[in-house]
Amino acid sequence: MENVVPYKIQIISIIGAVLFMLFVFRLIIKRKLKIEYAILWMLCTVILLVFAIWRNGLDVIAHMLGVFYAPALIFLGAIFAIVIFLVHMSVVNTKQEQQIKDLAQQLALLKEELGKNK
Amino acid sequence: MKVAVVIPCYNEEASIKKVIDELRSLEKNNKYDLFPIVVNDCSTDNTLDVIKQLGVIYLNLPINLGIGGAVQVGFKYALKNKFDIAVQLDGDGQHPADQISELIKPILNNEWDVVIGSRFISKEGFQSTFFRRLGINYFKWLNKILIRKRITDSTSGFRAINKKALEIVCDYYPDDYPEPEALILYSLNYLKIGEIPVVMKERRGGVSSIHSYKSIYYMVKVTLAMLFVYVNLKFNGKRSAL
Repeated sequence: MENVVPYKIQIISIIGAVLFMLFVFRLIIKRKLKIEYAILWMLCTVILLVFAIWRNGLDVIAHMLGVFYAPALIFLGAIFAIVIFLVHMSVVNTKQEQQIKDLAQQLALLKEELGKNK
Repeated sequence: MKVAVVIPCYNEEASIKKVIDELRSLEKNNKYDLFPIVVNDCSTDNTLDVIKQLGVIYLNLPINLGIGGAVQVGFKYALKNKFDIAVQLDGDGQHPADQISELIKPILNNEWDVVIGSRFISKEGFQSTFFRRLGINYFKWLNKILIRKRITDSTSGFRAINKKALEIVCDYYPDDYPEPEALILYSLNYLKIGEIPVVMKERRGGVSSIHSYKSIYYMVKVTLAMLFVYVNLKFNGKRSAL
């Protein structure tokens, strides 16, 4: 199988993926990103790196899955990943909302109990 | 018997005093004592100051939780402080405080666990607008299918619940538009629900939380909530904490 990815874009892809990973690391070190979420992003970078280095990878997999236009596979994968992640964020959001509600209620009850309301 | 009258308030400075005065003017009796528990849902007007002047038990929420969260914290207070019955009464003066004795009578007599004050039995007093009645009819139909019971006014917030129901709503209570969904919750927990006729007034102050495009969202949200809570309880046995 012939190379479908020219060298120039391959180098740009690798640099981009590495920069993205460094960015994620920086966020973790500065404690702006929890490891739980970072793992997902690191996984994404690894996938990016794999395909940046393994030049024929995309074509091989597209062929295996019977996808005629290989780049379409990228969009399919990316959109799928984004949707899953957004649903996950909604779940996290719901949980946090519930926790905030519980906290607010407990605070109101405690203030009453302590007589701070008088 | 201790009866908690939970009064959720969001910007009700114009009406809350009147509601409390009305409660205080009710005849004393030897069967039960009424304790107003006012919940200030982070009002942006002077509601909190007005409540402080009234000398009642009150809970002050640090953030706005919406009607469900506000009522639930009142229920939690009632459960924690060993009240026998909790009544929900709106702070806008729409609910008739003088009919509370009628509302809790079926609970005192051990007939029902949950009593709803319905506008549509005697068809007197404020009957709401045409479209809202249309929606209420739809809920009547939905309730009939889901819990096989005729509830004429499933959106009425004027309710009394006993200790058994109190334990259920402290565990889980919907955040917004909780009334129709709570009915399914009670029913599938094998509580006895009944309705008594009440006459409601038009709101004295404040604005309804449901209007225009919101009413469509309301119908969809409540329908889904009712269906999901039904499926959850019917097939999982117990509603998980959220």
